[in-house]
Amino acid sequence: MPDGEMNPRAALDPRVNTPGREGLTGTAPASRYSAIRDAEQISIPPDFRPADAQPAWRGDFPIDWPQDQYVERRDFMKFMVLTSFAFVVGQCWVAFESWWRARRAPAVGQRIASVDDLAIGAAIVFDYPAPHDNCVLVRVTAQEFVAYSQKCTHLSCAVIPRPEQGILHCPCHEGVFDLRSGRVLAGPPPRPLPRIALDIRGRDIFATGVESRTS
Amino acid sequence: MKPDYLHFFIDPSRCIGCQACVQACTECDTHKGESMIHLEFVDRSHSTQTVPVVCMHCEQPTCAEVCPADAIKRTGDGVVQSARKPRCIACGNCVSACPFGVPEVYEDRKIMMKCDMCYDRSSVGKKPMCATVCPSQALFFGTREQIEQLRPRSVPINQFQFGQQTITTQVLVMTPRSLATRTPYVDVTSAMDEAPQNRAVSLKVIAADPFADVEV
Repeated sequence: MPDGEMNPRAALDPRVNTPGREGLTGTAPASRYSAIRDAEQISIPPDFRPADAQPAWRGDFPIDWPQDQYVERRDFMKFMVLTSFAFVVGQCWVAFESWWRARRAPAVGQRIASVDDLAIGAAIVFDYPAPHDNCVLVRVTAQEFVAYSQKCTHLSCAVIPRPEQGILHCPCHEGVFDLRSGRVLAGPPPRPLPRIALDIRGRDIFATGVESRTS
Repeated sequence: MKPDYLHFFIDPSRCIGCQACVQACTECDTHKGESMIHLEFVDRSHSTQTVPVVCMHCEQPTCAEVCPADAIKRTGDGVVQSARKPRCIACGNCVSACPFGVPEVYEDRKIMMKCDMCYDRSSVGKKPMCATVCPSQALFFGTREQIEQLRPRSVPINQFQFGQQTITTQVLVMTPRSLATRTPYVDVTSAMDEAPQNRAVSLKVIAADPFADVEV
């Protein structure tokens, strides 16, 4: 069978395990190993042109397994640097966001009631921040007011404040929240009630924000 | 790594269609339970001649060239492997592109699988499953010296013409020595140029009633 140009494979360096040369690898003179092509790049493009004349995408999507598995140190460093850079940018963005939120002027707030309207242990219901977002304001002591979203965190039933027991009670599934902190004391609710930030200016009580908590 | 001095030789004229290779192929550990070898009839209406078709492991793997997912790879010893499982999208491009019709897409598991020369065996110098069982040695795995001694009248050929495309393969096909000197390649699509034969069946036996003179 004709060799050379007829069979491009015949031009490959047969340095491993050819008859008569077994075991020569690494012990024979270097001149016997004159590699004509890269031993790891044996697939021949359909147009038979050399690797240099091939389009660049062939280098990116090699057919040969060793080439496909190979990761250049430069590519690895590129990946590491760019990924680290992306993380840094992300952190900067988070920092900027939190700074921006803190910088935004605190809400004027929504007037709920006057201090004089509530006796100690009394509660009133109000809408905050939007209409139909029911919240409950409780006067715990003479100086201490607490307000929570009235939606139970379990299945959104309305919670009922019981200041004499120091709890907020959800009658649907016997959920119990602590009156002073809003945390779950018993029952199925998974999270504390969202707390409404209060601001007492003079004799008026204002709601200034909603503080959602996960634990 | 398949040793460089071992080659796969196919001698289609020796195939007796016994299906032993098909059964042995299912036993291979690289593709458990699935037979990757195709035992094709050449022209079933006129002949019982069969041809075993294994992957030819092209130097220019067309299946890998057309793979949009970069899933088909060729190892350093020249064996074209089955599609990489994380990459294969079971699009079937390779099935359409392969000049020899080797790859198969398994729709149920969304993967292309093909003959990989029993890579678990040939990579350690053992024969592929089909070559171990072939009773007529139509599938032979060994050295060039061995095949020259065994088949003095045949010559291994690994060049194929598929339309405009010239394909050089790792697997060699035995052709008669006289033919090989004239055309040192096999035209894969030559059969498509033949004029279709008249396949009209005339039942002459029935036309002349063989029971005409039988007394009922």
